[in-house]
Amino acid sequence: MKKEMFEPFNSSDNNFEQCVKCTICTVYCPVLEVNPDYPGPKQSGPDGERLRLKDQNFYDESLKLCLNCKRCEVACPHGVKIGDIIQLARIKYSKKKPKVRDMILANTDIVGTMASTFAPIVNPIVALKPVRLMMDGVLKIDHHRIFPEYAGMRFETWYRRYAASKQTDFKKHVSYFHGCYVNYNFPKQGKDLIKIMNAAGYGVHLLEKEKCCGVALISNGLIKQATKQARHNVEAFKKSIVDKNMPVISTSSTCIFTIRDEYPHLLGVKNDEIRNESELATRFLFRLIDSGKLKLVFKKDYRKRIAYHTPCHMEKLGWSVYSTALLKMIPGIDFVSLESRCCGIAGTYGFKKENYKTSQGVGKPLFDQIESSDIDFVATDCETCKWQIEMSTTKKVEHPISILAEALDVEATVKLWQK
Amino acid sequence: MKFDNIIIGGGLSGLTCGIKLAEQGKKCAIVSSGQSAIHFFSGSFDLLGKMDGQDVKNPLEAIKILPDTHPYQRVGIENISRLVVEAPRLLDRAGLNFFGKADENHFVLTPMGIMKPTWLTIDDFTRFEQNDAFPWKKAVILNFSGFLDFHTLFVQDGLKKYGVDTQIKNFAMKEFEAIRRNPSEMRSTNIAKVFDSGDALDEFAQKVNQLSEGFEVVLLPAVFGLFTKNVALNLKAKVNKPVVLLPAIPPSVPGIRSQILLRKRFEELGGTYFLGDNVEEGTFKNNRLVAVQTNNHGDIKLEADQFVLASGSFYSKGIVATREKLYEPILGLDIDGDTDSEKWLDEKFFNDQPYMHYGVKTDSGFRALKNGKPIENLFVAGSVLGGANALKEGSGAGISLLTSLHVAEQILK
Ligand SMILES: Cc1cc2nc3c(=O)[nH]c(=O)nc-3n(C[C@H](O)[C@H](O)[C@H](O)COP(=O)(O)OP(=O)(O)OC[C@H]3O[C@@H](n4cnc5c(N)ncnc54)[C@H](O)[C@@H]3O)c2cc1C
Ligand code: SF4
Ligand code: SF4
Repeated sequence: MKKEMFEPFNSSDNNFEQCVKCTICTVYCPVLEVNPDYPGPKQSGPDGERLRLKDQNFYDESLKLCLNCKRCEVACPHGVKIGDIIQLARIKYSKKKPKVRDMILANTDIVGTMASTFAPIVNPIVALKPVRLMMDGVLKIDHHRIFPEYAGMRFETWYRRYAASKQTDFKKHVSYFHGCYVNYNFPKQGKDLIKIMNAAGYGVHLLEKEKCCGVALISNGLIKQATKQARHNVEAFKKSIVDKNMPVISTSSTCIFTIRDEYPHLLGVKNDEIRNESELATRFLFRLIDSGKLKLVFKKDYRKRIAYHTPCHMEKLGWSVYSTALLKMIPGIDFVSLESRCCGIAGTYGFKKENYKTSQGVGKPLFDQIESSDIDFVATDCETCKWQIEMSTTKKVEHPISILAEALDVEATVKLWQK
Repeated sequence: MKFDNIIIGGGLSGLTCGIKLAEQGKKCAIVSSGQSAIHFFSGSFDLLGKMDGQDVKNPLEAIKILPDTHPYQRVGIENISRLVVEAPRLLDRAGLNFFGKADENHFVLTPMGIMKPTWLTIDDFTRFEQNDAFPWKKAVILNFSGFLDFHTLFVQDGLKKYGVDTQIKNFAMKEFEAIRRNPSEMRSTNIAKVFDSGDALDEFAQKVNQLSEGFEVVLLPAVFGLFTKNVALNLKAKVNKPVVLLPAIPPSVPGIRSQILLRKRFEELGGTYFLGDNVEEGTFKNNRLVAVQTNNHGDIKLEADQFVLASGSFYSKGIVATREKLYEPILGLDIDGDTDSEKWLDEKFFNDQPYMHYGVKTDSGFRALKNGKPIENLFVAGSVLGGANALKEGSGAGISLLTSLHVAEQILK
C-alpha cells in the first residue's frame, strides 16, 4: 500500500521549497555560533536561493564561510539539503577566482607528489618559522598551522614493492581507495588496513589509477577539474565493482562521502552503479562481523582509554556507529564518547588566514572536552580532523583502523577462518 | 545491527520511551529523520485542558469520562494515575524540572495574553493558580528592538482584561547589532546564543532593572538558555523584580534545551541516537517485525526484539494524507480513520476536525495492526496514535508521555 506514494526525505535535487522557515538549522550551525558575519544556513540556503533564482546579484560572497559540514541538514526536520544548496550557489554564482594559494591547497595530489619526492627537504622547510611566516604573508596560509609531514615513500610505491604480490593468495578481494593523505602523508594507515583485511581473509588491491577525490577542489571552486577527476574515479571504481565484482573500501570518511554523495549532488556526476559498494572500511568489516562471517581476535594485553570524535561527514553519513562498534569490540578499550561537534578545520578551510579565527572558535568546545577527558588518545576517521585536533590539543589522534591493527591478534584471527 | 529495542522517531514520546527502557538496562536505538515537535513546544505539557469547550479543573477525574477509544482510556485510569507521577520524575532525571499536578490544572500566560490550563510547566515559566486574575497590578513588557517574534501588543491587550496596568518598552544593546542587521535572523534562538556564549547578561539585567523601575513585575520573551538553563536562573537572580517569561514564536528556546537534554540523558544511559536518518521500510515474518531498513544504513538492517513506532502525526509525517488516501508511510500499518476523504474535514473550521483523530490502529495492548492482525512486537506511542484531537482538547504532550511510558512497561513485562 505504501510504496507507490512514499517519498523519502533527502532525495530531491534542490529542494529549497520544502523549507518551512522553522530556523532549526540555524541552531546547529557551528559557524553562526562564532562568526556573526555569516548569514547562517537558512538565510544562505533556502531563503537566499529564492532570491538568487530571481536575480543572481543576490549572491553573497560570505557564503564561502560555510564549512560544508552538513550539520544543518542532519537537523532539518524537512530534509532540506541546505549544505548542497549553499555549495551549488557558490559553484554557480561566485565570481571570485580561486587564488594561487587555493590552488596549492586544493591540489592535494600534485602538491603531494612533489612534496613526497622531496620529503626530507620539504618537511623541515615548511616547519621553519620564517617559511611559515612567508606562507602567511604571501600566500595567506595561517602561520599557526602546522603542515602534515610528507612521507618519504609513497603508499602506492610501498604497495607495489612490498605488498602487491601477496594479495593474490586470498580467496576474497577488495579494492582500496587510499586517498591523498595515506599516499603522501601517512602510508602507515594504508599498511594497517592491509594488515587487517589480510587477517580477515581479503586480498587488497589498488584501483587501476585513482585520482584525488576532489573535495578540496570543490571547496576551492575548481569545479572543472573536480568534475574531470570525479568522472575518472567513477570509471576506475566501475572497473573494480562492476567488472571484477570487487567492492571498494576507503579509510577516509571525507573521500568516501565526496564520492558517494557530492559527485552526484554537486558535480552532477552519476555514480549509481558504484555507490552502494563504495564504503568505509569500518562499515565493511562491521557488516562481516555482524552477519557472522568474520570474527576478530584481539591481544589480551592491549589497554587504552580513548575518545571517539565524530567528523561532520560521518555525522551526515550516520556511520560513526560502525567505527565505534568495532572499537568497543576490543576488550582492553575504555571508551569515552565525545559530544558530536565540528572541529573547525573543514579540509582546507582552516588553513586560510582569513578563516583561522573562526576555525579555532568552532573547534574550541571540542578541544576543551578532549583536554578534560583524561584519555590516551583520540580516535577519528577523518585526516583533517586529525591535524586540527593534534594541533589544537595535547592529544594524539589515531584512525580506528590503526587502533584495530595494533590491538589485533593476527595469527589467532587467521586461524579461525583458515581451518 | 542488533538492539534490544528500536524506536522510530526521536520526539517526546520516542525519547521518553527510550530513556525508560535504557534505565532498565535495555540496549536501545532511536532513529529520527529530523528534529521533532519539541522544538516548537510552549514550555508546558498538557494532560487534558478542555472538555466540551470548558477548562478542565481536574484532568484525572475528567479522563474517566472520555470515550473508550481515547488513548488515555486504552492505557487505563489506574496506569495513568501511576504514570503521571512517574513522568515528571523521569524528566527530572534528565535535568528538566517540571512542576504541576495531574489532579489540578494550573494556568500559564500565553503569548496571546490568555490564561491557559495545563499540567506540567518547565521552571523557566511562571505557574498561576487562577485563570481570572493576575497577581500584579503594574507590569512592564520588555522587548528587544527588532525582535518580531514577541507580540507585545497581544500581551498588553490580554492583561488589560485582568485589570493590569502595562507599559511596553523596547530597548537595544550592542551585542545584538550583528544579528539585527538581518531582520530574519533576529530570532529567539539567535538571541539566546548571544546570552549563552557571551557576558551580555549582566548589562542586560542592569537595563531591565532600570526600565522596570516603578513597576511590580517584568514580562520578557523566553529567549534565555538554549544550551544551559543557568542563563534563565541567573537572569531571575539578577533582576530585582519578579520576572515572568512568555513563550515567543517558535522555535522555542526551552523546547530546544529540552530536546538536547533528553537526548543527552538517553545517550548517557547507553542509547544510540541516529539523527538525520530515515526509516524506509520493515521486514515482517510471522506477524513480527524483524528488522527495519534506513536511508543511511542501507543493506545493514537494524534488528530488534521489540520496536516502537513514535513517528509523530501529520506534522512529522508519521501519518500522511494525500488527496485520496490516508496512510502510514513507513510500514504500511492500518489506519484508524475514514478512508473516505469526504469525511476528513468538518466544514466549520473551528469544529472538532475528524482528521485530527486519525492515527495508527492498535490492539488493546498498543500493538500495531497490519491487514487487521496485530504485529506482536511492534508498539505504537505518541501522536502517531489515533483517537484524540490533541490540539482541541489540550492533551498533546500528555498522550505522548503517558502512552510512551505505558508502551515501555509492556515491553519490560
Ligand atoms: C508545532 C507543534 C507544537 C506543539 N506544542 C505543544 C505544546 O506546547 N504542549 C503540548 O502539550 N503539546 C504540543 N504539541 C503536541 C505534540 O504533538 C506533542 O506534544 C508531542 O511533542 C508529540 O511527540 P511525538 O514524539 O509523538 O511526535 P513528534 O515530536 O512529531 O516526533 C516524531 C519524530 O519522528 C520522526 N520521524 C517521522 N518519520 C520518520 C521516519 N520514517 N524515520 C525516522 N524518523 C521519523 C520525525 O522526524 C520526528 O522527529 C505540539 C505539536 C506541534 C506539531
Ligand atoms: S531547518 Fe529546514 S525547514 Fe527549518 S528553516 Fe532550516 S532549512 Fe528550513
Ligand atoms: S553546512 Fe555547516 S557551516 Fe554550512 S550552513 Fe550548514 S551547518 Fe553551517
